[in-house]
Amino acid sequence: MRDGTDTLGQRFAAGGLAVLTALVLAFLVAPILIVIPLSFSSGSFLYYPLPGLSLRWYHDFFTSTFWLPSVWNSLIVGTSATVLATALGTLAALGMWRARFPGRRLILALVIAPMVVPVVIIAVGVYFAFAPLGLNDGYAGLILAHTTLGVPFVVVTVLATLSGFDRTLLRAAASLGARPLTAFRRVTLPLILPGVASGAVFAFAASFDEVVVALLIAGPGQRTLPRQMFAGINDNISLTITAAATMLIAISLLLMVAVEALRRRSERLRRAAAHVRVL
Amino acid sequence: MLPLFLFLLATFIVPIGAMLGRAFFDREVAEILPRVTSELALWDGRALPPDAAYSALIEDVRAAREAGTLASAATRLNYDVAGFRTLLFATGRRLGGEVAGSPREILGAIDPKWNDLETWAVIRRAAAPVTDFYLLAALDLRRDANGSITATPPEQAVFRNVLGRTLWISGIVTLVCLLLGYPVAYFIARQPPGRAAVLLFLVLLPFWTSLLVRTVAWVVLLQREGILNNLFLSLGLVNEPVRMIFNRFAVYVAMVHVLLPFMVLPVYAVMKGISPSHLRAASSLGAAPFTAFRRVYVPQTLPGVGAGCLMVFIQALGYYITPALVGGADDQMISYFIAFYASKTVNWGMAAALSIMLLAATLALYAVYDRMVGIDKMRLG
Repeated sequence: MRDGTDTLGQRFAAGGLAVLTALVLAFLVAPILIVIPLSFSSGSFLYYPLPGLSLRWYHDFFTSTFWLPSVWNSLIVGTSATVLATALGTLAALGMWRARFPGRRLILALVIAPMVVPVVIIAVGVYFAFAPLGLNDGYAGLILAHTTLGVPFVVVTVLATLSGFDRTLLRAAASLGARPLTAFRRVTLPLILPGVASGAVFAFAASFDEVVVALLIAGPGQRTLPRQMFAGINDNISLTITAAATMLIAISLLLMVAVEALRRRSERLRRAAAHVRVL
Repeated sequence: MLPLFLFLLATFIVPIGAMLGRAFFDREVAEILPRVTSELALWDGRALPPDAAYSALIEDVRAAREAGTLASAATRLNYDVAGFRTLLFATGRRLGGEVAGSPREILGAIDPKWNDLETWAVIRRAAAPVTDFYLLAALDLRRDANGSITATPPEQAVFRNVLGRTLWISGIVTLVCLLLGYPVAYFIARQPPGRAAVLLFLVLLPFWTSLLVRTVAWVVLLQREGILNNLFLSLGLVNEPVRMIFNRFAVYVAMVHVLLPFMVLPVYAVMKGISPSHLRAASSLGAAPFTAFRRVYVPQTLPGVGAGCLMVFIQALGYYITPALVGGADDQMISYFIAFYASKTVNWGMAAALSIMLLAATLALYAVYDRMVGIDKMRLG
């Protein structure tokens, strides 16, 4: 787009734009990166330069009764909520894709609503509703609430995968004698699986990062990692929290890479399916 | 689809609906003071209630004191008129001992407030099956003795301030996100694909990083003994630590950091689809570069700008964790007060009324988003 006719002003503007972009990206990324070296400090100050390197804060994390149980709680709640949300969300997305019925838009709006409605309202609602059922202060309540929060992510990603799905493939399968269930298992499922999987990753990430519901309804036995980090920041912030943060950053990177890999795989499958059809 | 619908019905719609209902249906006083409730239901409110209401109140207060439920009723009535708790407790205590005379004389001797129309009007309002008390209170309004709506006395009025602050913070955050996000999206959209992918990764990294991690980062950076203050001190820029946390500044910085990707991504997506030939056509027709940009390019990016602004604003409205951790007492938004009334003071009606305000604002904007962008076009990552 650039040609030799740029005026000095234009070049100046382009330079300014590049500098501004660099500054904004630094603003986005630097605060996250700055936490990581701190967690390897041998001292206990929250600033640079580091007095030396050590793993004492990681040792502290993995031997503490404050942090370690919370990791297990997060994993238990996150995994259970992900399994539930993925099953419910995938079925719902398939149903919405298959049938064009009146009110479909409304149902979709409802299914996506947990993503939009402020979490505190969901948390307080669930807190009141679960109290008489004895679901607060236990895993069940937290898992159910996190499932609700995770479902929209699964529905959105699976619907996105299905929007590129060619229905003639199902007719082809039927004409070759496959029963609907077989066609679903052998044709539909493999094609939408990347979408289902990335929906599951999103749902897990949502649960793994959720703190408002956990603050309200988790009992002392179910305190999750974000819940403890909240308490840790509010209290006297120590370097152990930077060790926890560093591990969470690593997990986020893994989840991010997983979603990207799944997206690529889904594209490849879609292209392959289109290719089959041309043949 | 049905299983999910039933699931959401049980864990989402019914709980929220029931919670919001608490703003209108508040049976507490009616259940604790049943006799006086039914007496006052017949009362016209123009003169002091009949003797029957006085003796009903005496019976009710005695029974409630025995059952240990008087405190709940007193708390609820105290929301409406400060001092009601004291009045009810004192009355209960005195009725526990020996009293003589007609019901009207007994109560009048305990406290002259029982000869006040307003006192009885408060009980009647609180005992009514449907109340607008909480919803009015959330707007700093109340009903006076005649039942007409008046402003809450200034020293008790807090909620308009909270609502205004929530809108103001969300607006500023949205504006800053737009001012920073638009040029960045523009710059990335004009890069070759490989470099654009790297830059987008940098935008997505914070998007994926845990909210708590990002908040930890800002606390570590901004606090008194933190990285920035230490840097400033060692460079000799300042002589004593600058106060950068537990104030509005920290709330703006941390919220913009969290919400900026939600602006950059939709704006970038729209800019990607704009053909550069439009700008070239404009300049070939003699438009100066900035004019071409303003008149041809910017209007085409408006759908992305609208989507980004709505996304950021809607999310900002409901923010709780970030202001709670990096803000001061005067920087807390409406979500904080909802959680506060629900879990700390257990004033469910107030939590519900504030939730109605927040939910109404969110859903209205969600509907606008649906109109403009379409919720079925929503994409992640």
